Amino acid sequence: MSSWIPSAPLIAHFGLIFVIFNLLVLSAAFMVWMERKVCAYIQDRVGPNRVGAAGWLQPFADVLKLLTKEELRPKAADALLFVIAPVISAGAAFAAFSVVPFGTETTLFGLLDEPIPLQITDVNVAVLVVFAITSMGIYGIVLAGWSSNSKYSLLGGLRSAAQMISYELSYGLALAAVIMLAGSLSLREIVLNQEGYWLGFIPRWYVFLQPLGFFIYMCAGVAETNRAPFDFPEAEQELVAGYHTEYSSMSFAMFFLAEYVNMVTVSAVATNLYLGGWLGPILPDWLGWIWFLVKVFLLLFFYVWMRWTLPRYRYDQLMEFGWKYLLPLAVLNLLVTAALVVWLG
Amino acid sequence: MEVAAFYIFAAITIVASLLVVGQRNPMYSVMLLITSFGGLAGLYILLDAPFTAVTQIIIYAGAIMVLFLFVVMLLNVPREEPLPAAAAQLIGPTGLKIGVVLSVLIAAQLVWALMQIGTRSFTAPPTDISDVGNIGRALFTDHAFAFEVTSVLILVAMVGAIVLARKEH
Repeated sequence: MSSWIPSAPLIAHFGLIFVIFNLLVLSAAFMVWMERKVCAYIQDRVGPNRVGAAGWLQPFADVLKLLTKEELRPKAADALLFVIAPVISAGAAFAAFSVVPFGTETTLFGLLDEPIPLQITDVNVAVLVVFAITSMGIYGIVLAGWSSNSKYSLLGGLRSAAQMISYELSYGLALAAVIMLAGSLSLREIVLNQEGYWLGFIPRWYVFLQPLGFFIYMCAGVAETNRAPFDFPEAEQELVAGYHTEYSSMSFAMFFLAEYVNMVTVSAVATNLYLGGWLGPILPDWLGWIWFLVKVFLLLFFYVWMRWTLPRYRYDQLMEFGWKYLLPLAVLNLLVTAALVVWLG
Repeated sequence: MEVAAFYIFAAITIVASLLVVGQRNPMYSVMLLITSFGGLAGLYILLDAPFTAVTQIIIYAGAIMVLFLFVVMLLNVPREEPLPAAAAQLIGPTGLKIGVVLSVLIAAQLVWALMQIGTRSFTAPPTDISDVGNIGRALFTDHAFAFEVTSVLILVAMVGAIVLARKEH
């Protein structure tokens, strides 16, 4: 087997990585368009409508504009950290998706001898990997805030770090409750555990067993992705643009990209943990990824909807909500779940 | 393949650790320490212990280093200040001598330990050691006492920190 031609599964795997990477970039572009459109309709405007039909080419025009802009760096900025901060942010955002499954195993219409799962890699501690990589994403924001040598950036970076640390606890505890129910840390197994129906029509999704956990996960997810109503790192009325005040051109675009990819990842993980992943009625098994996309899209729409409906909290309210309400609720949720799992077996 | 990966991760870990103390910017030190933790996590994965690797990232690289970063940012000392003359004199020659003795001792210990490796035979640990369920079971049965004592220790540290922070009132 020492031939120079790579084996079919290897080609399929690299193809899968390539496709997922590009889909993530495209989904970020789509999210930018959707956000502007939904925001416009909520505010009784039309939104972008010049580039392409209904303005759907607008994100690509924006990227071209950003590409041709001058890359500025403040003189007093720390050159090295200033450059790698957006790379860390975007890198962590993309890396987290590598363990997220989005469909059943497939042979690509018989092209492959052995089926490959629709997922870059299936590790048995996938939930923890997502958790670990998201926590790495903080460094991009903190370093950007520090290295810019600007007060607004520094305050934005500090706030972001404090916020993410506070909400990571509730986030982790919400995950732990699901892990207890499923008895596995692999996202694929967690999804497969949700197969079937109660009483013949209610899908056995964990959202019905863990309504409180789902609520905590979604709240913490909004805080982790720095979205409104928890978008303090970039509260523009107080901090100009927070941690990316000093960034321009493509390095700014990378922060932007990271934010949207993070949203997609948080929604995709929520879909897997609480909404039964790619499982759903009507469609045959091999089209499960359509269900997955639909569910992720609905969650993303919910995020956008929330951003343009709710005003931003005050910073102390955010901390109070995180520590005094969300964290005790998450602990309670975990304890009750543990007790029920032990009691009912 | 695995050997190459081992050398890459080992090189990352060692070079980053050396640079942590080798250069003077505390911010870079923090980032380099995180890099070296990342390299260590890679080594754990090669040892077939993904759970340990991920905990290494979550706890050390994620949680603890963010606190380090916070402190460095809040103090905001971009460069180490030179020691006042009096203090420099105090730790100067004597400190240097103690340091040399200590490093020679550590080097001797390392060499001795490395020489032992060749003479002893290792038994491979059971293959299910990396299973999360087994780790949990071991923690709550065989090592329950150590586990509980550790949690008390952390509680003490937490109470201590709060007491220290409230001292002004």
